[in-house]
Amino acid sequence: MVEPRIATLLLMLALLVVPLRAGAEGAIEAFQFDDATQEARYRALTEEFRCPKCLNTNLAGSDAPIAADLRSTVHRLILEGATDQAIRDFLQARYGDFVLYDPPLRRDTLLLWLAPALLLAVGLAMVVVMVRRRRGIAEPLSEVERAQLDELLRDSPEKDAK
Amino acid sequence: MSRASLFIPLTAFVVIVALLYAGFSLNDPHQLPSALIGKPFPTFDLPALSAEGSAAARVTQSDIRGPVLVNVWATWCPTCRAEHAELLRIHDESGLRIIGINYKDNPAQARLWLAQLGNPYEFNVVDADGTLGVDLGVYGAPESFLIDASGTIVYKRVGDVNRRVWQEEIKPHVDVLAKSAAAAGAPHG
Repeated sequence: MVEPRIATLLLMLALLVVPLRAGAEGAIEAFQFDDATQEARYRALTEEFRCPKCLNTNLAGSDAPIAADLRSTVHRLILEGATDQAIRDFLQARYGDFVLYDPPLRRDTLLLWLAPALLLAVGLAMVVVMVRRRRGIAEPLSEVERAQLDELLRDSPEKDAK
Repeated sequence: MSRASLFIPLTAFVVIVALLYAGFSLNDPHQLPSALIGKPFPTFDLPALSAEGSAAARVTQSDIRGPVLVNVWATWCPTCRAEHAELLRIHDESGLRIIGINYKDNPAQARLWLAQLGNPYEFNVVDADGTLGVDLGVYGAPESFLIDASGTIVYKRVGDVNRRVWQEEIKPHVDVLAKSAAAAGAPHG
């Protein structure tokens, strides 16, 4: 009985992953590199940048003409010996922060970076408050309450007996 | 539960509505702020679009001194066709110089286009493989840049230049440039 359920779960997980991979391999060009390191850098960089024309596709996965231009630009810069950081700076200087999926940490992006931590802190505070409140209900009985309880317990069997 | 805490869900709802309202009233997400405002026009050395059969002159960034509107266009771009009449009108009415960048286009078709639709451009830079486009941060034609007298980019428009964009965005910038040019020119006579 359990196995079909696990199979369904695996299938659902697979379906979640498949479209992502398909999108990432949308565009194919034959670029020549001097060595495998350069090719690996090219792959990593084109996966890293966002295509300026499309709202949420990276350079590697986009069919837009501008993405093709920028892929060949990245290829050219790698062959010219530019470092990864130099290529990042090159694209950012021309297309702005938009092409970076990780926005740089600046004063105007501070809230963006701190928001997850702030929300987590708020969430934790709420949990702490709720747990405290719930624990309050189960507080140990006071002396008076204990005496009352004992009395009730002592009384009840007699009532039942009657 | 205290009485005040009953209002927490309502407050949260109002805050979320306010955030979403602000978020959705932001500019079109396709409009990227240009990283090049305030930067000098990128260096380039490309052929100019020549008359049929004649040799093409080379042009460089030193040929782009404002105030001038640099317009990135192509014959494959339908919005450029819609924009073309407005460029002609702006050039006629205000005398603003306009330089074209013929972006990833076929020169023969570009010549035909200018012959048929009129030519508002002082000259056209032929950017056949889009390298100047990449240096300008162009991600789709048409795009227009306003350049000041020192060759610095002061304004960028992604999409067509229409009457409203001219009146509300470009013309005020042109007026400021004209004023500062007059102020700079005055002491020297």
